[in-house]
Amino acid sequence: MYSENKPTQALEEIKQMMHRSSRFVSLSGWSGIAAGICALVAAWIAHQKISQYTLENSTNYNDMQGAYIFKDGQLLLANQLLIIGILTFIVAFFFAFLFTWFRSRKTGIPVWGFTARKVIINIAVPMLVGALLIWRITDLGVYGLVAPACLLFYGLALINASKFTLSEVRYLGYLQLLLGVINLWAMSYGLYFWAAGFGVLHILYGIVMWNKYERNEKSVV
Amino acid sequence: MKNPISGLNKIFDNRIRLGVMSVLIVNEEISFNDLKAMLEVTDGNLATHLVSLEENGFIKVHKGFIGRKTNTTYSITKLGDREFKNHVRVLEGMIKGIK
Repeated sequence: MYSENKPTQALEEIKQMMHRSSRFVSLSGWSGIAAGICALVAAWIAHQKISQYTLENSTNYNDMQGAYIFKDGQLLLANQLLIIGILTFIVAFFFAFLFTWFRSRKTGIPVWGFTARKVIINIAVPMLVGALLIWRITDLGVYGLVAPACLLFYGLALINASKFTLSEVRYLGYLQLLLGVINLWAMSYGLYFWAAGFGVLHILYGIVMWNKYERNEKSVV
Repeated sequence: MKNPISGLNKIFDNRIRLGVMSVLIVNEEISFNDLKAMLEVTDGNLATHLVSLEENGFIKVHKGFIGRKTNTTYSITKLGDREFKNHVRVLEGMIKGIK
């Protein structure tokens, strides 16, 4: 008969259960920070590759063979950037998962459940569609649209998934959209926008979330 | 004066039944296994409480299949929704009464 004696406790349990069962709450701030650092490192490597490429191509720009190298080189560069992108995604996802897993062990909330599935599905659908679009964009050689498309579809994915996780994810999504839209009219700065969105914003988000939720979190184990 | 406790539903005294209702009020439909994981209870224990909630008409059971495996899901009924919200209101009223 605990609910007659302790209505406060009963209400607290109801609230907790409603929150826990409808939202994926284990997402750690450290996940954001780690993903952001991965993105910044990747952007730096990509920047090196691009400057190296422009340097090499300006030297033999004038001879005929240079024109061919230019074409092959461009394809090679695009492929290298694609590989960097895929590797970044895998590494960032791995670290993001790792820190969230650590946190869920600490709080005792199982990481893989019904809410995690909802978050994954709601992120995966816009991301997959975005990936297909980016694939077509690169096929058509409009490389300047790659960074804005990444930011826009990632932003939409976050907003879509925010219903099932911490609501602050929504604001991160809006900021990604904002960067993506501005980038549409500043296409030659794609890499900087990409680094700002996937690097800086993730790190800032991670710090804010850690400060808000995890700083004073007690371990239950 | 009306006793505030009289508004409390006896069914919701049990914390597992209270937990089931809390989960179902925010989730349209949920499977037995997900419910079990969320409430951290054993099969038998959960099943008993689910039966009593069903008998009171607070929840609906849907039996389905995923391939050959049975997949039982639960959802809240209109009556369950009303009774649970009323229960929460009474609890809130009691707290205000104490303060």
